[in-house]
Amino acid sequence: MQIPLSAIGHPIPSLLVRLQRVLRVIRSIIGAPDYERYVAHMESHHPGCAVMSRDEFMRQRLESRYSRPGSRCC
Amino acid sequence: MGKLLSWIGWLLVAVVGTGAFAWLALSRGEQVSAAWLVTAAVCTYLIAYRFYSRFIASKIFALDANRKTPAERLNDGRDYVPTNRWVVFGHHFAAIAGPGPLVGPTLAAQFGFLPGMIWILVGVALGGAVQDFVILASSVRRNGKSLGQMAKDEIGPVAGFTALIAVLGIMIVLIAVLALVVVNALGESPWGVVTVGLTIPIALLMGGYLKWIRPHRVLEATAMGLVLLIVALYVGRAVAANPELAPMFTLSRKSLAILIMGYGFLASVLPVWLLLAPRDYLSAFVKLGVVFALALGILVVLPPLQMPALTRFVDGTGPVFAGKLFPFAFITIACGAISGFHALVSSGTTPKLLEREPDARMIGYGGMLLESMVAMMALIAACVLSPGVFFAINAPAGAIGTTAASAAEAIRNWGFVLQPDEIQTLARNVGEASLLSRTGGAPSLAVGMAHIFSNVLGGPTAMALWYHFAIMFEALFILTTLDAGTRVGRFMLQDLGKHLWEPFGRTAWYPAIVLSSAIFVALWGHFLYQGVIDPLGGINSLWPLFGIANQLLATVALCVGTTVIIKTGKQRYAWVTLLPLAWLAIVTMSAAYTKIFSSDPRLGFLAHASLFSQQVAQGVTPKGVKSLADASRIIWNDRVDAAVAAFFALSVLVILADSAKEWWSVVRGTKPAVSTEVPFEGRVAVAGD
Repeated sequence: MQIPLSAIGHPIPSLLVRLQRVLRVIRSIIGAPDYERYVAHMESHHPGCAVMSRDEFMRQRLESRYSRPGSRCC
Repeated sequence: MGKLLSWIGWLLVAVVGTGAFAWLALSRGEQVSAAWLVTAAVCTYLIAYRFYSRFIASKIFALDANRKTPAERLNDGRDYVPTNRWVVFGHHFAAIAGPGPLVGPTLAAQFGFLPGMIWILVGVALGGAVQDFVILASSVRRNGKSLGQMAKDEIGPVAGFTALIAVLGIMIVLIAVLALVVVNALGESPWGVVTVGLTIPIALLMGGYLKWIRPHRVLEATAMGLVLLIVALYVGRAVAANPELAPMFTLSRKSLAILIMGYGFLASVLPVWLLLAPRDYLSAFVKLGVVFALALGILVVLPPLQMPALTRFVDGTGPVFAGKLFPFAFITIACGAISGFHALVSSGTTPKLLEREPDARMIGYGGMLLESMVAMMALIAACVLSPGVFFAINAPAGAIGTTAASAAEAIRNWGFVLQPDEIQTLARNVGEASLLSRTGGAPSLAVGMAHIFSNVLGGPTAMALWYHFAIMFEALFILTTLDAGTRVGRFMLQDLGKHLWEPFGRTAWYPAIVLSSAIFVALWGHFLYQGVIDPLGGINSLWPLFGIANQLLATVALCVGTTVIIKTGKQRYAWVTLLPLAWLAIVTMSAAYTKIFSSDPRLGFLAHASLFSQQVAQGVTPKGVKSLADASRIIWNDRVDAAVAAFFALSVLVILADSAKEWWSVVRGTKPAVSTEVPFEGRVAVAGD
């Protein structure tokens, strides 16, 4: 069945966008840090504040994840 | 009308579930299908979730979708992030799912399938899921506070400190026993050693890829890692078939123990992006994938259970672990029904992600129901093996000897059937030299899984691949707990040690990192090594110790939960947590008492020590022990084990006493019932809600 990609009034996301969403969900389930979300948050809630670089953010997230007992189970 | 239909539907679920329970309980002699276990489980989960978790959500916490969650109030784009509930559910489940519910029920199958099944289902509905849910909801109401912090704030500083020390003690025993499971699964198995060993360079490769080649492309790296895991499976087979290479990778359990300690140390001192994080991504995928595949496999095959409902070993004479049905079935199953460790996750990352308060029900209670389903599948996988095969794999050499003939003889004396060539053929089919006395649960679970999977895909010729796939899956699972656990333990040790010597607590100072990691590895390494030289295989003494420790942590969590409920003025519902708490207190205390003081040397640590001392004093080397020096070491280890069990029992008493004091003063009115919840803050309805 063919789905009109640009039905008027109901923009259906393209396959690529949908795939990206799925991948993002998978990433958050396996616990990979989400840099885009962090940047979006900083822009909307703290405009003008210093934003960590991607490398810095990733390092900081991973360090904090593996220093708490709550991150792993038997 | 709709309401009536719904009630009829639920009545039907209840009737079907009760019917399945009755059928299983009354089955004698004839084979029963796994379908009955699955039916009983699913009906129990549905009823428990629909009615009991709803009762807790509305009556105790009054979870409110219009109340702001910490993720909303404290949103920082990092720790506190409002997240879709299905994503949180997946993340929470990946964090709580560990090797515990796979190993525990497998070992407990020694009593037959019925005791394990009943405790996994009843324990989860009334205990485990309640604990996870109550702690999650309490933490959500307190800005995502940790269990230790809540113990300190709600009960008092004594309970808080005891909880902290207890968590450290539990980590040590947990890592040791899990490492022992891996050692027992890989000992004398070149295929297993190569396949599991290769997962380490695969993780390093992924780490390097994420750092330098395609930074932060997590899914690309993970996909590559998954493909390489399959390659590793075939490389292992090729090495095992090669007469020159195979002996090089045929390692003794002692050398494997030392290698694993080295691995734990490296994982603790190396940067996380290099080893820990990539392994974790890989493991999360494999974990979720295999859990669903196993569920599917069981549903498709619906294998008949070979294990009887009850075996004669309920009297405590079982070879897999010593002790009677009560309390050791409960101690052994541990995580499959109720796991104290989950309280750390439920008060860790998860409460900071909830988008809406009512999500706590599905994630806390529902997540644990799914975990219990994993335990049920492990139980089924153990019980599809014939009892003869099950005991040949899981009984230590001290009980069945070292040849197929001696094993068949011993098993016949227990009243089960095993043809000597049956176990040898099975070993050949799964690509191992021998399956006798491969204690620890992992090999027998792998045989069970291979049995189920090869029925669906590949047939008998694929048994060996499926077996080693299952071993790789279990080892991957366990090593991710071991490496992350060692690192966390190192941090906890540093945190405690800094009160004695300040520089020891510097988490970025290399000498402190190396020293604290070495100390922590030595602590669990001691128990691991003890298990390796133990003539009864080690699992015998260490798994009960782990079970006691895990249930102790659950006791702490339920004490915190009860205190929270009482202090928020819901005293009349305090039985919800008091019921499992009372049961756990009885189970842990009687198990600890038996393990320390039983006069039976198979069961009591002290009795075993004194039996060996007498023999050593007479210059006799005890049966199954290599030298007098080893015997003295075992005597020392027995006493250490007794001390550890005593420490856990004492911690339970301290926390119970401290909590009871607090409850009493609130109930009597000498202390005001002050809730520590963050005050209500309503959500502003947003368009699209």
